[in-house]
Amino acid sequence: MKMTAAGALIECLKEQGVEVVFGYPGGNILPVYDALCQSSDIKHILVRHEQGAVHAADGYARVTGRVGVCIATSGPGATNLVTGIATAYMDSIPLVVITGQVPTTMVGTDAFQEVDITGITIPITKHNYLVRDAAKLPLIIKRAFHIASTGRPGPVLIDLPKNVLQQEITYTQPTDLKLLGYKPTYRGHKSQVTTACNLIKHARRPVIYSGGGVIASNGSEVLTELAERISAPVVSTLMGLGGIPGCHPLSLGMLGLHGARYANMAVMECDVLVALGVRFDDRVAVDFSSFAPKAKIIHVDIDPAEIGKNVKIDVPIVGDVRMVMETMLGQLAAQKEEQWLAHIEELKKKYPLKYEQGTGLKPQSIIETIRELTSGEAIIVTDVGQHQMWAAQYYKAKKPRTFVSSGGLGTMGYGLPAAVGAKVGVPDRPVILITGDGSFQMNMQEFGTAVEQGLPIKVIIMNNHSLGMVRQLQEFYCDRRYMATIFTKNPDFVKFADVYDALGLRVTEAEELRDTLERALNSDGPVIIDCVIDQEENVYPMVLAGRPLSQSIDG
Amino acid sequence: MRHILAVLVENNPGVLTRVAGLFSRRGYNIDSLTVGRTENSNISRMTIVVSGDDLVLEQVTKQLHKLIDVIKINDITSEQYVDRELVLIKVGADPTVRGEIMQIVDIFRARIVDIGRKTLIIECTGDEDKISAVIESLIPFGIKELVRTGKVAMLRGQKFTSINDNKEDDN
Ligand SMILES: Cc1cc2nc3c(=O)[nH]c(=O)nc-3n(C[C@H](O)[C@H](O)[C@H](O)COP(=O)(O)OP(=O)(O)OC[C@H]3O[C@@H](n4cnc5c(N)ncnc54)[C@H](O)[C@@H]3O)c2cc1C
Ligand SMILES: Cc1ncc(C[n+]2csc(CCOP(=O)(O)OP(=O)(O)O)c2C)c(N)n1
Repeated sequence: MKMTAAGALIECLKEQGVEVVFGYPGGNILPVYDALCQSSDIKHILVRHEQGAVHAADGYARVTGRVGVCIATSGPGATNLVTGIATAYMDSIPLVVITGQVPTTMVGTDAFQEVDITGITIPITKHNYLVRDAAKLPLIIKRAFHIASTGRPGPVLIDLPKNVLQQEITYTQPTDLKLLGYKPTYRGHKSQVTTACNLIKHARRPVIYSGGGVIASNGSEVLTELAERISAPVVSTLMGLGGIPGCHPLSLGMLGLHGARYANMAVMECDVLVALGVRFDDRVAVDFSSFAPKAKIIHVDIDPAEIGKNVKIDVPIVGDVRMVMETMLGQLAAQKEEQWLAHIEELKKKYPLKYEQGTGLKPQSIIETIRELTSGEAIIVTDVGQHQMWAAQYYKAKKPRTFVSSGGLGTMGYGLPAAVGAKVGVPDRPVILITGDGSFQMNMQEFGTAVEQGLPIKVIIMNNHSLGMVRQLQEFYCDRRYMATIFTKNPDFVKFADVYDALGLRVTEAEELRDTLERALNSDGPVIIDCVIDQEENVYPMVLAGRPLSQSIDG
Repeated sequence: MRHILAVLVENNPGVLTRVAGLFSRRGYNIDSLTVGRTENSNISRMTIVVSGDDLVLEQVTKQLHKLIDVIKINDITSEQYVDRELVLIKVGADPTVRGEIMQIVDIFRARIVDIGRKTLIIECTGDEDKISAVIESLIPFGIKELVRTGKVAMLRGQKFTSINDNKEDDN
């Protein structure tokens, strides 16, 4: 069929099952918008800033497990995407990012709104393309979706010069991807898996360390079964939360810098550590040389480059973690490590997650109340800072793809647009954003998108009038010299909601909390709840710099 | 330790930037990098000489593999291989010393490829030691200009670095 390349692009997106794209128009991407206009199968969501588009596509991808798609124009439109692309790259989130480009005849001439976006994004994409030949567009789109969503997922960018978009081509769906250098390994090496199983059989103090890879592989149920089969408590990374239900008796919640003390101690004491879809991040291992010192470590990851990168591994297994776990289940009989589990219970009792009760509005209790009111069934999106850590510690996410947070890049401003994308992706579940007054102000323009689209997301601002996480660092490491971390003038967030004809509520006392949250959750529209909390509130436990994982401190 | 990597890549625009960028971004040291077409016009071959311990080499190889355009990587360091470099050297050559220079050229089986009024350009191919030796011997005459290609290398005998053999390590 003859059509313009822009029209073919839309056909290709439909072919990939894309139902919604997030974007912002401009001159060089105009042909794509014109083609979108003529298609009723793809919904376009107009954001307020391109960063919003890419984070929304990312939030959409995390909750649905599908590829998120966003569109921006050349130059400033494209550069506005950069933080969002990097955010998705660091957390291995599948995106296809489409940018306009100046006509090929002008590429390289510093033309109006020209920027070398493929050059800029090489280090933060899994792959990218500048399309010079319109006839190749269908093949490139197909490759892009394939690359983004297979193996270790990640963002792929496609840069489309305006004249290429306008060219007529004969559209046919390519059958062969012809990717010579790209063949992810899914099945774990048989004898390595057997070696791993033998180690596990002889383990008396096994621990599973589970991460974003388990979520990406849709392996949560298998993970829970494996944990139960071998009596292994499960510690999760921030990215792995929801992999095993947060209230499961074997779940120890998050480990790491701000992990529960019992989670960290379990890792330090275990004799076999089964690391599943994790990347031994420095926020987790804290000190690589003293991580899990008594353990033989089994590491399953689809990306060979992650194995042995930071920590020495005894049994490396390259493969899809769900498939590998399934193979393992075939080889492992039930084992009961009662002594070990009793010890873990003791640790839980001795070193619980705790905070001061009965002293005003506590952020931790806000999260606990939300958990109660939603029975852990909501999708929680967070921003970055103290509120993110409280959410990770206290929400105890029940299911995979219900805890959405920027982990690797730690992008403030991620939350609101990601919540927009999440709600678009899963309209039938409540979506609650936990944010801080700092993070919210980084992308609060996207509240306009939520209101315009009628997306009833609930925004909980933990308002400490400060950049709390950094203020906490200054408290510990700079003798409380609070340089540039206190906001002396914040907008009135209740009035801010009002400006958009949305509901704004404020909580200042613990007693008002439950009713206000209930009211917000029961209303049909977007709501902002300004929760005024103590400026000096800290996140505990915390591992101080230079200390091993086992020595975190409580307040 | 120095390693020689033979890397087959898809001949796409930007592939060199991707590879070179990876090295600088991750702090790996490239001693030399050469690139050119192969018998298949869609595929280029890079010879990369990189120094680092085994751990660094493992990471280099794994990270290179992650580039979509990279098809195959062979670390040929511990195998039997032939390697060559080409150097062009412009030396000061008054008529009085030309004879001496020509003797050196003969000994190294190099060639004189240009004769100027006061200079000669000498072309020499060989492995790294030979190239270093020829440079060393010409220093006393005054080297005005020097350009070397960096290493290209190939496995000896029945072993290949090509996309058709099935010896690709499957980790
Ligand atoms: C302020 C702040 C504080 C933080 N504190 C903590 C903390 O205390 N504790 C903590 O845990 N994190 C913390 N983080 C998050 C941290 O920075 C990392 O993002 C996180 O630990 C990484 O999680 P992960 O190891 O699960 O890896 P991810 O980034 O989720 O990576 C997933 C891994 O799984 C692999 N994978 C993907 N798909 C598959 C598949 N199908 N099969 C097999 N493998 C697959 C990938 O190759 C990769 O190695 C914090 C972040 C911020 C911003
Ligand atoms: C874009 C960006 N800039 C700076 C930082 C560094 N940073 C990390 S946490 C934080 C403070 C976050 O403040 P807020 O959103 O109010 O959350 P709180 O910690 O107070 O809960 C800052 C500035 C960051 N993570 N991201």
